[in-house]
Amino acid sequence: MTASLNAYVMLSALLFVIGFFGVLFRRNTLVIFMSLELMLVASTLALVAFSQFNGSIDGDVFVFFILTVAAAEVAVGLAIIVALFRKRQTVMVSHLDTLKH
Amino acid sequence: MSQTLFNLFSVFTVACAIGVVVSKNAVNGAMCLLLSLVGVAGLFVQLHAYLLAFVLLLVYAGAVVALFLFIIMLLDMQGGETWRYRGFSLWASLVALALLLCGLDLLSVRGRLEAPAVAAAGANVGATLKHYSYQLFTTYLLPVEVIGFLLLIAMLGVIVLSQRFDPAEDPR
Repeated sequence: MTASLNAYVMLSALLFVIGFFGVLFRRNTLVIFMSLELMLVASTLALVAFSQFNGSIDGDVFVFFILTVAAAEVAVGLAIIVALFRKRQTVMVSHLDTLKH
Repeated sequence: MSQTLFNLFSVFTVACAIGVVVSKNAVNGAMCLLLSLVGVAGLFVQLHAYLLAFVLLLVYAGAVVALFLFIIMLLDMQGGETWRYRGFSLWASLVALALLLCGLDLLSVRGRLEAPAVAAAGANVGATLKHYSYQLFTTYLLPVEVIGFLLLIAMLGVIVLSQRFDPAEDPR
């Protein structure tokens, strides 16, 4: 394990930034959702790296919780998107602006 | 060797993550997400978290990405989307970009994260299912129960949400 902890944390931060800009810049709700998942995975990577370099298992256990929450979140979020599509026939954020007016 | 593998997996993961964000077609995005998750699983293996790599592939690549693909094909979204921004959104994005770049810079230049000397031996190399389950059922018993309830509530929520809406009672 020659790669340093710093490298792992940098990689995790980079993945988080990419996901963050996906959320900011995309207009498709499903792609926004995928970027959100990317951010969750990035935080997971940081947790595992810290846990491994500190010689403890606590971070690894929390990854289980994050995975569970992510699975529940995806199920509910996609159900919301499908319900939204049934009502409005679009998933583009730019068209979903009822609250704005 | 290990460093080479790390570089390989990290470049692969980041490239696929960028592919998720920039791909015009949502199906391509989902495929890039899948590949990116495979890269992260490879990094987990490098970190000796074999079980987590397996669970990540199982849950994310197996369930989550498959669900995404189902929904993308169900909604049948084709065609590109425009990349137009105006005013406030653009400024907020620029400020966020500046802050994030500052954070990355601080992390890479000053934030020399040192692992404790104890961990050099790798105390949890090859932590097995037994270690995880011991932790889950002793120290983290309450979170496990809470997560169980969360899953139950999410399941009920999905069932309620996927009932058919009556368009007649929708005012719009």
